[in-house]
Amino acid sequence: MVDAPHPTVSMPTQRSCPFDPPDGYTPLRAQERITRMSYPDGSPGWLITRHAEAKELLTHKSFSARQEGIISPVPTELQYDGRPADPGAFAKTDDPIHSQYRKLVTGFFTVRRTRQLAPMIERIVHEQLDDLEKAGPGADLVEVFTESVPSRVMCEMIGVPESERKTLQRHVETLGRLSCTVPEALAAVSGMSGFLSRFVPARMDDPRDDLLGDLIRGGQLNEQELMGMAATLITGAFDTTGNMLAMGVFTLLEHPDQLAKLREDPELMAGAVEELLRFLTISHLGASRWALEDVEFAGQAIKKGEVVTVALPAVNRDPERYNNPDQLDIGRTDHGHLALGHGVHQCLGQHLARTILRVGYEALFDRFPTLRLTVPGDEIPMRDDFVHYGPRSLPVTWDD
Amino acid sequence: MRITADREVCCAAGQCALIAPDLFDQSDEDGSVVLLEAQPDAGRLDTLREVVSRCPTGAIRIEEDPGA
Repeated sequence: MVDAPHPTVSMPTQRSCPFDPPDGYTPLRAQERITRMSYPDGSPGWLITRHAEAKELLTHKSFSARQEGIISPVPTELQYDGRPADPGAFAKTDDPIHSQYRKLVTGFFTVRRTRQLAPMIERIVHEQLDDLEKAGPGADLVEVFTESVPSRVMCEMIGVPESERKTLQRHVETLGRLSCTVPEALAAVSGMSGFLSRFVPARMDDPRDDLLGDLIRGGQLNEQELMGMAATLITGAFDTTGNMLAMGVFTLLEHPDQLAKLREDPELMAGAVEELLRFLTISHLGASRWALEDVEFAGQAIKKGEVVTVALPAVNRDPERYNNPDQLDIGRTDHGHLALGHGVHQCLGQHLARTILRVGYEALFDRFPTLRLTVPGDEIPMRDDFVHYGPRSLPVTWDD
Repeated sequence: MRITADREVCCAAGQCALIAPDLFDQSDEDGSVVLLEAQPDAGRLDTLREVVSRCPTGAIRIEEDPGA
């Protein structure tokens, strides 16, 4: 077999338009082979930008999601340095350990159960929109609405008191910022684990009627595992859906023809949510796996230990998979995007996210039909140095 | 046409219940696939192909009728 080419490419991250993936993906996706990529620590690995190869990689038994082998595809001080995941933090483990943990909570996140949460979500959405009304024109939609709704929903599901929520939100924010320094990260981690080490034992003594209470009564997890599970749910739910909610609003305001179409036919909402997930794919760094053994994949010899990163935003714009991939079309019926991943690690909270997005967009555009940005779209500051992409703020106004 | 669903392979992502709620549900206990209708009308083939394609773990299979 031919030796793999010397990597010359690093992960593209610069975007010329906030609604499109980094420009550098387009020429890579047009190449015949998967891309040989250099990771910031100097190690050689691979980048996937096409849909078919992404699906294959994310279900391939020779590749692992275990934290100890993952290195960041972009420069950051936030590295795992070979540390395995904490007990209960199943997202960065493989089966069978992964599924043993995940199956304890999947029952809470089914299509049916998450739709049953709609009244709770509607209440939270409307309370935050009351705050928006009180804040008045000029308010920052991110601060008042989009970052608050998903965090309030998850806190309510696991029983985290409202008084702790904003602090936890800051910690999650810090840990998702690629420019975060080691001391900043350690402070955020210790803030989060400090809270959980008070909160989880207190709930173990007095389990409530919520998701965490059910896990405690199930009796299969010890204190450390319950803390790891709670941390996974908090970090998985907060800034993911928050940024998607904000990006969706920003995108619809900047694509008035699509927003008008949605207003005309509210039945389009479910499909609009799917199309916004595909089109925006806020997972800025995609999903990474590492080879458990020497393996031939997509015609290339991948060496044991090499990391492969799937550029999810690029994959969801693959012209071999979608007609007019760069066009936002809320009437599109061909979904099957990879915005929420693929394989056994596909997003646990995806149906909760769908419900929050649907309820959130409906209520916002219903109550604020004249909603608009106070500055031109190209002046909106973007989170281009975060694990999840989105606007840092969205100053909005409306007619009373 | 006959559908099979492997609950051991299923990771409870719920794509099937999202796309075809009349044919698939998820268990309350762990969210794994529950087959509501194993032999649907042949007219549902396109929907079922989408379910198979979007199932993240390949837990759903279709056996098409011979000669159909």
